[in-house]
Amino acid sequence: MIYLEVFMAFFIPGILGYGGGPASIPLIQHEVVNRYEWMSMSEFSEVLAISNALPGPIATKMAGYIGYEVAGWPGLAAGLFATVAPSLILMIVLMGFLYKYRHSPKVKRLTAYVRPVIGVLLGILTLQFFTNAWEGAGGWQTAGMLVASYLLLEKTKLHPALVIVLAIIYGILFLG
Amino acid sequence: MQWKIFLAFFRVGIFGYGGGPASIPLVQKEVVEHYNWMSDEEFGDTLAIANTLPGPIVTKLAGYIGYSRGGVLGALNGVTAIIAPTALLMILFFSILSQYRDASWVSGLANGVLPVVTVLMGVLTWGFIKKSGGDLGWTKTIAFIIGAAVVLGVLGVHPAIVIAVLLIAALVQKDPPKREEDAST
Repeated sequence: MIYLEVFMAFFIPGILGYGGGPASIPLIQHEVVNRYEWMSMSEFSEVLAISNALPGPIATKMAGYIGYEVAGWPGLAAGLFATVAPSLILMIVLMGFLYKYRHSPKVKRLTAYVRPVIGVLLGILTLQFFTNAWEGAGGWQTAGMLVASYLLLEKTKLHPALVIVLAIIYGILFLG
Repeated sequence: MQWKIFLAFFRVGIFGYGGGPASIPLVQKEVVEHYNWMSDEEFGDTLAIANTLPGPIVTKLAGYIGYSRGGVLGALNGVTAIIAPTALLMILFFSILSQYRDASWVSGLANGVLPVVTVLMGVLTWGFIKKSGGDLGWTKTIAFIIGAAVVLGVLGVHPAIVIAVLLIAALVQKDPPKREEDAST
């Protein structure tokens, strides 16, 4: 049942990713690329890049698009519902309870314990992207582009969407 | 009211760059400054609670604030307004791209984009690690990182299992007695 698979692929990242949408990116990658094999790592990186270049939340853009790719419009609905609904329903239902315990050390520990693991997952994903970039564009091109995009993003604080557009133009002209 | 909810979160979705967390200040602007639906303090509390739950944060804010202003319909409205326009843009973009799947410039596009994605993910990784260092202290954080790297990277355990185990550990672990008093106030 494809819709159930789409639901599960986004339900797990949605319910375990502490630290907002970006925290669930490596978990989504695990389900979509490794487990269900709906796309290759390089396709996944394209989806992630375009998600970053367009406005709005990233995890839902990925869930909507991947759900649509895999199972059409109902797939889009399943992916979005699985990403957004479970934790939203928890929040609405448990508001009073959560409000009371919002300063409890237990509640704080939940986020604190999961965060370094998300950091490691993001780090592993970064390494995989790096290897793919190396294989795709070669060592020198990759190294140059890494340095250039780091400087543009972090030092000159150029808008990420612009950096991605520049990289797309550069790639089309020189790396095709 | 439903129209206002839609507009507020439509604007957040369409003007917020850099993902959900980056657009939280825009939500605050709409909800506190523009529509006066909550005070700054209420907004802060709502945000803190959204942070204690997993999953995307800005959609939780849209859903919860939509719900508190306009019931279940308001929740659906707020969430749809923030996610639908850009999800549709994604589909539009890729459906155009897929017509040129075999053209060499499309593989150039993928090659060009990978290094930037690597840097964006690297920066995001560092953000999470730095925040952990602040929360748990660096010794604990480094221990966590090494442990997680071995279990996830070397042993290949599914991340869901690792996170589930940690969540249980966080809940069962006994609190220092003094902190417990703070919690009940």
